[in-house]
Amino acid sequence: MKQRIGVYVCHCGLNIAATVDVAAARELARLMPGVVVARDYTYMCSDPGQALIINDIKEQGLTHVVVASCSPRMHEPTFRAAIQKAGLNPYCLEMANIREQCAWVHQDRDRATAKAIDLIASAVAKVAWLVPLQEREVGVTQAALVVGGGVAGMHAALDIANAGFQVYLVEKQPYLGGRAAQLNTTFPTLESVSDLLKPLMKDVVTHPKIRVLTNADVEKVDGYVGNFRATVRERPRYVDATKCTACGKCVEVCPVTVPNAFDANLTTRRAIYRAPDGTFVVDERACTFVQDRVCPADPRCESVCPENAIDLAQPAQSHEFGVGTIIVATGAAVFDATKKPELGFGAYANVITSLQFERLANAAGPTGGKIVVNGKEPKEVVFIQCVGSRDQTTGNVYCSRICCMVNAKQAHIIKEKLPDAKVTVMYADVRAFGKGHEEFYDRVRKEGVRYRRGYVSEVYRKGDRIVVRAEDTLIQKPIELEADLVVLGVGLTPRPETDAIADLLSLPRSGDGFLLEIHPKLRPVETAVDGVFLAGACQGPKDIVDTIAQARAAAASAFAPLCRGKVKVESATAVVNEELCAGCGLCVAACAYGAPAINPRTGTARVNAVLCKGCGACAMACPSKAIQLMQFTPRQIISQVAVLA
Amino acid sequence: MIDIQSLVEQLELAACIQCGKCTGGCPIAVKSTMNPRALVYQFLRGEDFELTAREDLWDCTTCSTCGLRCPKGVKPYELIIALRGQWIESGKIPTTLRAPLTATLNQGNPLVLPREDRSLWADGLDLKEMAEGVEYTMFTCCENAYDPRVQPVPKALVNILRAANVDFGTLGLEEQCCGSEIRRLGESGLFEYLRDDNIEKFRAAGVKKMVTTSPHCYNVYKNEYGKTEFTVEHYTQVVARLIAEGRLKFSHRVEATVTYQDPCFLGKQNGVYDEPRAILKAIPGVKFVDMDRSRERSVCCEGGGGRMWMEGTSKVRIANDRVLQALETGANILATACPFCFLTLSDAVIATGNEEKIKVMDILQIAQAAL
Repeated sequence: MKQRIGVYVCHCGLNIAATVDVAAARELARLMPGVVVARDYTYMCSDPGQALIINDIKEQGLTHVVVASCSPRMHEPTFRAAIQKAGLNPYCLEMANIREQCAWVHQDRDRATAKAIDLIASAVAKVAWLVPLQEREVGVTQAALVVGGGVAGMHAALDIANAGFQVYLVEKQPYLGGRAAQLNTTFPTLESVSDLLKPLMKDVVTHPKIRVLTNADVEKVDGYVGNFRATVRERPRYVDATKCTACGKCVEVCPVTVPNAFDANLTTRRAIYRAPDGTFVVDERACTFVQDRVCPADPRCESVCPENAIDLAQPAQSHEFGVGTIIVATGAAVFDATKKPELGFGAYANVITSLQFERLANAAGPTGGKIVVNGKEPKEVVFIQCVGSRDQTTGNVYCSRICCMVNAKQAHIIKEKLPDAKVTVMYADVRAFGKGHEEFYDRVRKEGVRYRRGYVSEVYRKGDRIVVRAEDTLIQKPIELEADLVVLGVGLTPRPETDAIADLLSLPRSGDGFLLEIHPKLRPVETAVDGVFLAGACQGPKDIVDTIAQARAAAASAFAPLCRGKVKVESATAVVNEELCAGCGLCVAACAYGAPAINPRTGTARVNAVLCKGCGACAMACPSKAIQLMQFTPRQIISQVAVLA
Repeated sequence: MIDIQSLVEQLELAACIQCGKCTGGCPIAVKSTMNPRALVYQFLRGEDFELTAREDLWDCTTCSTCGLRCPKGVKPYELIIALRGQWIESGKIPTTLRAPLTATLNQGNPLVLPREDRSLWADGLDLKEMAEGVEYTMFTCCENAYDPRVQPVPKALVNILRAANVDFGTLGLEEQCCGSEIRRLGESGLFEYLRDDNIEKFRAAGVKKMVTTSPHCYNVYKNEYGKTEFTVEHYTQVVARLIAEGRLKFSHRVEATVTYQDPCFLGKQNGVYDEPRAILKAIPGVKFVDMDRSRERSVCCEGGGGRMWMEGTSKVRIANDRVLQALETGANILATACPFCFLTLSDAVIATGNEEKIKVMDILQIAQAAL
């Protein structure tokens, strides 16, 4: 059958039309081989724009369509759906990107028009060779895996479970709650975080559709959207929770003392300890008996336990779950303030981080909520903003989004607990962008918190006091502020284990090191891997409000395929011509997604179309040209290039 | 006329967010009208700049704290150096700088002493001339070569390298100024001449591994000579390694409490904090104590950036405070590893009347006493 091609040139308002002469492009397109109709329109993606295409297909019997508009990333699905409505195979479409790759990057109208015409000619040459492809669907395992049991993971798990699907919630720590469990109050609402967390945790652990695995790591994930298999290793707790009466005798005899990370290292704990959720557990990396079968204590914890609840020989357990979708909610780390040595963290006990302050202010913290440093209530407190954020010297150039309000809230807490204390916040910009944030910032200033503009350059000792050295940029003079307590407003950074998580799921990371969403505006919870979604601070610094919003968005995205029970898979995948294949295996090595494999029976390669992303790496690697990428066959690409010669 | 826009672009001043971290860390800003942040802001505003009204441009010691602390990668000290350059170019060279700059061109040193006297410090030491195959090249530095107060320092290095059986030579009369301070005074033309001439001389002499006595020479060779055919280390790095490898052994005790002034060009600018301390701690009998403001929080002695030849607008000397801070530690020796620090701090010991209590010594002199 002779090809009958329609070309549709979009103005995109003035986005394209301002730089490209769309009428000229349309006129020249009419003359291209195989083209029977060419039109231009203000917004081709609009309903009337799509109607133009649909009508022409029906009335003029078009076999192929070229849309010259934006990136296929933007509207290829729109136009595929449109031509399908008119009865064409959705794969008989080619996009000429004359916006991002032409109009937006050029200024000279004549040359931009000439380039747009070339791009259209190239698309017309290729589209003539496109063949209809079958749309395919695969079934879905109706369960989800949520990695991370903090605020994000718990909210996502609840939403999916409430929609009626099984959820496996895996948390690395022996307790749920994540970072939020360490915090004292929220900003700007000043609610107790533990009051907010307790009902959430109760809902999660009692939910019949949620299986919680704490003290556990996801070790391996295989498969693809709809049909993942996750291997989870549940580390032994070494304490039988059903027998333990929380008497604490074991802790008294434990000889190993380690910094208590939950208290942000303000305190220490033993290798066997009472976790924040009240259960007892052994820290296997700290326990010398678990590590080396030696313990200097006599008697040991096992023998002092009146209930025989401790078993230091308890083995780890491995579980395998089939899931359809995965949510990564692994959170962020807190900036290590020792990387800013000029600020004296580590050198002076009264220089603390904002996370340490949360523990100090917390009624369940080491001081029972009293603000006490070096045994005294501070009279002069200085907060330092942007520690480890917006700072090239640490490599963290982004704003951490939470610190301005954390400092404001903490300044308020000091004013509340120690009304006579002089509280100064050293800032360069105050970013109070969230709901109620500016109002809260107004409030703390009225409460007597002084804001002075200038990043702190140095903290040092003068006599027996600590002084904070900065320039007050509004009076344009260097100042020294004496302080009994200095609180560093530390930012958020990617967790050190982000590499491992990214490797586990083949997830890309953005330049700042956080996990990368597929589009920063339009697709903020999806990743490059179908079926894997992001929630919370693993994707970038976030407060609790934004974390929950993203977690629930991720949950909605993750249970959509579970509801439907089927997922569409890409049809433009790689296909092996077994006649030509020598079974060398280069394609297997070239593929980042594990799609090709050598069939041991035939000795030739086969591509698992569900895993294939259509990237073409295998086709490039194949020395005998046995692999073709549908929609990018040599014939299609050569036609596309030849017309430009 | 200063081309404000081109300086803004060339030095990427638009990155500045006016946070004041530079001025907050500037050792000079407390006593001078020099405010690095305000200076950058003046350029960002794009208003006319009256160069010669800014005598305080000569107050900067180029310690670089402003640039190192800047969260946005701006280097205010480079703006100051560029403005000094325009000042010099205008021909109105400050009086005290004329002789040092002329002498550096003609005699290869800013101390205004004859080129042929450069090796007098080494009389009787019978030093090897650099030649192809000699492992290390010892670079003396103008200050150490000519100033009798610091001449014992290179001598001590000679003795230490010999004690450790290190094969080394010097450039003899071929050695001349490295150009570090010349560049910082804004005389970029003379700096480029010295750099190119030195690279040629080093190549001819077969220099492969350089060891410097001054952090200023070390910094300029490491960071401002472009890609070179030789590697460079400050002596503290070499000596600390000789100790760690067991090649340098001490047989005498030095009973003293020692504290240490981090030279800005060694510590802050190049991150060499541990090696000087490792040497001091390895010397038998030495009790080492750090001052509160040490390492990344150390304070400039005001000897850098050409300040050896410029008084500056303020009579307040930071080095005096530094001596008092050293005394607070209970130290009776204030060690350093830089000829400029040695001289400014020695003057400060006298100025504060503490000659009986504390003595300034180079690390090499203390190490030599323990050989």
